[in-house]
This record gives sequence, structure tokens and C-alpha cells, in this order.
Amino acid sequence: MRTFQLTLSRLLQGLALVFAVVVLNFVLVHAAPGDPVETIAGASGGMSAELKAELRTQYGLDKPLPVQLGVYLGKVLSGDLGYSYFFNLPVAGLIAERVPATLLLVMTSVLGSFVIGTVLGVLSSRKPNGLLSQLINTLSLVGFAAPVFWTGIMLVLLFASALPLFPVSGMRAIDSAGASGFADMLDVLHHLVLPALTLGLIYLAQYSRLSRASMLDVLGSDFIRTARAKGLSNRVVLYKHALRNALLPVITILGLQFGNVMAGAILVETVFNWPGLGRLAFESVLRRDYPTILGVLLFSSIIVVVMNLLTDYCYRLIDPRIKAS
Amino acid sequence: MKSTAAPAENPLFEALRMFGRNPSALAGMLMLVIVLGIALLGPWFMPADPFEITAAPLTPPFSEEAWLGTDYLGRDVLMALIHGGRATLLVGVVAALLSVIIGITLGAMAGYYGGRIDAMLMRVTEFFQVLPALLFAMVVVTLFSPTLITVTLAIGIVSWTGTARLTRAEFMKVRGLEYVRAERAIGARDARIIWKVILPNAFPPLVVSATLAIGASILFEAGLSFMGLGDPNQMSWGMMIGSSRQYVLSSWWAVTFPGAAIFITVLAVSLIGDGLNDALNPKLRDR
Repeated sequence: MRTFQLTLSRLLQGLALVFAVVVLNFVLVHAAPGDPVETIAGASGGMSAELKAELRTQYGLDKPLPVQLGVYLGKVLSGDLGYSYFFNLPVAGLIAERVPATLLLVMTSVLGSFVIGTVLGVLSSRKPNGLLSQLINTLSLVGFAAPVFWTGIMLVLLFASALPLFPVSGMRAIDSAGASGFADMLDVLHHLVLPALTLGLIYLAQYSRLSRASMLDVLGSDFIRTARAKGLSNRVVLYKHALRNALLPVITILGLQFGNVMAGAILVETVFNWPGLGRLAFESVLRRDYPTILGVLLFSSIIVVVMNLLTDYCYRLIDPRIKAS
Repeated sequence: MKSTAAPAENPLFEALRMFGRNPSALAGMLMLVIVLGIALLGPWFMPADPFEITAAPLTPPFSEEAWLGTDYLGRDVLMALIHGGRATLLVGVVAALLSVIIGITLGAMAGYYGGRIDAMLMRVTEFFQVLPALLFAMVVVTLFSPTLITVTLAIGIVSWTGTARLTRAEFMKVRGLEYVRAERAIGARDARIIWKVILPNAFPPLVVSATLAIGASILFEAGLSFMGLGDPNQMSWGMMIGSSRQYVLSSWWAVTFPGAAIFITVLAVSLIGDGLNDALNPKLRDR
């Protein structure tokens, strides 16, 4: 019962956050200099006077602001995120079309760097001042300081141009239309390597450093000393006792970041012409396609909220000590 | 908190000495001085317009016409590099300052007053944490046209949440301590307690987080101008990479050098930040 109440209140908080983003979207469009219709129509140029008039009635722009907000909210609630005049499609459909590519890229890089980062962190925690520890420290400095779009371009120069191992950009080869399922999958995987590596390097740096610090923290605690005193082997102590506890903060960060990574993929998708959500955001910003960019902003915020809720929930499942906070 | 070995020593002096003994922090300092020197004084010595076409397009580097080559339009990469630093550094520093000011003010209020004010301010913080930072900044900059000011504001507005949470935690830690209660007992106003009594004690971790914020803001600015969302009249390192990326296979230099400049700058700032962390928060070392 208590858990249920807690879940419900978290859910309501999440809904309130999403609602706030919707209102923010509305405020932004109205605060921008110029007529909202012009803003919504954007620099898409050839919008006829009739279309603009239609837009005006559709958004209820002749009515007072609170009514307009209500109209906008109603539209969003019914899944109508507006119409992209550049792509000539409803925004909701556009977003749905782009989600799988981003999901593939983000899942690969985040999960890959989580696994490798944890292994590196655990291995290095055995020798806190060893070579591996120093490597992780360097990696985390470099991973933070190198602009991700630059890293991507450098990887292209190295592994697509100097050593032509991987394609320069895109998600599928141009001549691959109609390839069979397996060949298509290989093609996509081949295109995935460099963008996933670029995005993954940042998270690898974070996860290895975090899991190392967390392992060192746990290894210093009393129950580890007890386990060792019982005569358990080093491996059992390290993996069964320490790792389980050390993983908790890493998993939290993983969950909290996952939502943000979706939007963080913008730069990587731009560099590699990866046809995902981030590239859609970039394209619509360049074209001043406001319905689309506001739709992507709202969608990404919802993803973050949902991921935060899930992380919170999983965390309470994993660690029964945390009942409520 | 003073060390027992040298009870009379000024803690600030001690921190400075520790910082001075840290080789990587000093290396970062040296790198930053060089970058700042070039970015601030360079344009003064070489006042030419970085947008001007000076040699044949795609001239390779280490040639006589252009030491670091020219881009696809024939603009000198070295000249753009020297002139591009100002915008990047200016936006980075001012935006970081802005985010720290917002973060400290809101965090201090939440942590000091607690209760309903805390709950409300934390909701606001949560809201800004949910908002995807880069995406939101992109929206703001496009809606309000990209200038140095809008870019700085956009970055500052989306990146203060970490500082706010840190400040709040520090304030909550010391809010009930004796010296604060004593101050209240002699009738000090809230503003005095917040700014003059508690904040100086919360300074060490905040200084470190502010340093790291500068690095993050520089990267943020670079990302925005890479996507063509920087001030179009202002040469910047991110803009150089963005405009040349289509031609990268025939002119690696036009992208590699500005990226390296960003990398070195942010690396220098984070080395200094790590050094400050070691010097100011000795208990937190090895984290």
C-alpha cells in the first residue's frame, strides 16, 4: 500500500513536470519576437495567407492567451504535436519514425560503455594506484575535455578515411535498398560502429571512474573485512559481495542519464548523419521548423521523466533499504 | 579547518601551496595562460578579419601562404583560430558565472530556509534537470536569434542545477551548527547569515564546481556554434569545425586544429579544477 502511494505520488510529480514543459513550449513561442503564426510557420516561406488564417483559427490565436494555452494543451494531450511544414508531415509521426535509430545508437553506446566501464572499474579497484587506475583517470579527463563532435570527426578521419574500415556517415549504404534482412542488419551494424564508439567513449570514461570509486568505497567497509576474515576467496569477495553493492550508484547514474543521452546524441547524429531524433532536431532548427523542434523537446523531456521514474522504481527493487526518501 | 601541524597558517595560503606542488594542476595553469594569451592578445597583434579570404581554398598546412592551411573558402585557419578563441572563452566564462550565480542563490535559499521554499525551489530545479539542456538551448537560441548574449543566457539558464544542489546540500549541513545559531541569536539578518556566514564556509566545493562549469560551458558553446547556432558575425572554434566538416576528407586541418584548441582549453580548466579540489577539499581526495 505504501509503495503504491509512493509510486502514485511520483507519477503525479512526473506528470506535473511534463505539464510544465508543455506550458514552457507555449510560453517560448509566444515570447519570441514576432507573430506566433509567423513563428509556427517559420521560415518555411511560401505559406499562403489562407493557410496562415487557417492556422490562426486552428490555434485559436484570436482568443485570449489562457484559452490559447487550453487549446494547445488539448492538442498535445490527444497526441497532436502540430504539423511540420518543412517535412509536410504530422510531427508525432516524424518523431515516431526517428526513435528506433536513436534508440539503437544510444542503447549500444550506453550499455556497451556500462559493461566495459564496470569491468575496467572493478579490475582497477584491485590496485588503486596501478597502471589501469591511471589509465582510467586519464580517460576520464580526455573523455570530458574532447568535444564529442570533434572526436567523431577525428574517428572518421582515422577509421573511414585513412583506414577505410567503416563508412563515413549514414545508417545504410546507398545501394543497399531492398537488401535482405540479415545483410541489412550487417550493413546497419557496420554503420553503427563509429557513432556508437564516439558517444560511448564519454560514458565509458564516466562509468569506469564511477565504478572504480564506488568499488574502492565498498571495499573499505566492514562487511568486506568480515567476508575476508571468514576466509572467502578474493574472487567471491570481489564479485559476490563488493560488486553487487558497488553497482548501485552506477546503475542510478545509468538510468538518470539514459533519458538525457537521447538528446545528447544530437551532436553525434549530426556528425554521422544518423537518421535519429537528434538529427531531426538539428534539421528542424536549421529550417526554423518550430512545431517539429518543440515536439522533439517535449518528447525528449517525457523520456527523461519516464526514465527517472523507472530508475527510482528499479532502485527500490534492488535495494530494499531504500523505502522512501 | 586548520591542520594540526601548522596551526597558525592561513588555510588559503596552505591550499595555494598544495596547488603549487601539484604538477598536473600547474601544467593546466600553464596551458590556460598560453591559450588566454593567444586569445586575448593575438587579435591585437594580428588585427586582420578572420572571415577574409587570403589564399587558395584548401591550401594544406605548413605552407608559406598559410601556416595552418586554409579552409574550403580560402580563409586562413591560423587567423580564425586566433580570433575564434575570444568568443568561445567569453561565452564559456560568462555563462559559467551566470549558472553559478543562479545556482548559488537558489541553492542557498532552498538550503537555508528549508520547508516550503525548499520544496518549491527543488521542483524548479527538477524541472530544469528534466529539460534536455542542449535541445532547450537550441530552441531558445533559434527563437530569439543567435547572438553572443542569447547564447550565453541559454547556456547559463540550462546549467545551474548541479551548483544549486551542491549549495543546498552545503547549507543544510551547516544550517543548524552552533556558529550559525549564535549568529541568529545576536539578531543577524538572514541575508547576512547566508552571504557572510555560511557561504564562505561552503566555498571550497563551490569553487571546484565553478571551475568545472567553465569547461562544460566552453564545450556547450562549441557544440552550439558547431551546429551553426552561434553568433554568425563572430568567429569561433566551434563554428570553424561546423562550417568545414563537409569538407573534412579534403581538409583535415580546418577541423583538427580548432578542435584541438577546444580540447586543450577544456583540459587545462579541468586539470586546474582537479588541482583545486585536491588543495581545497583534501578529505575528498581519491574520489
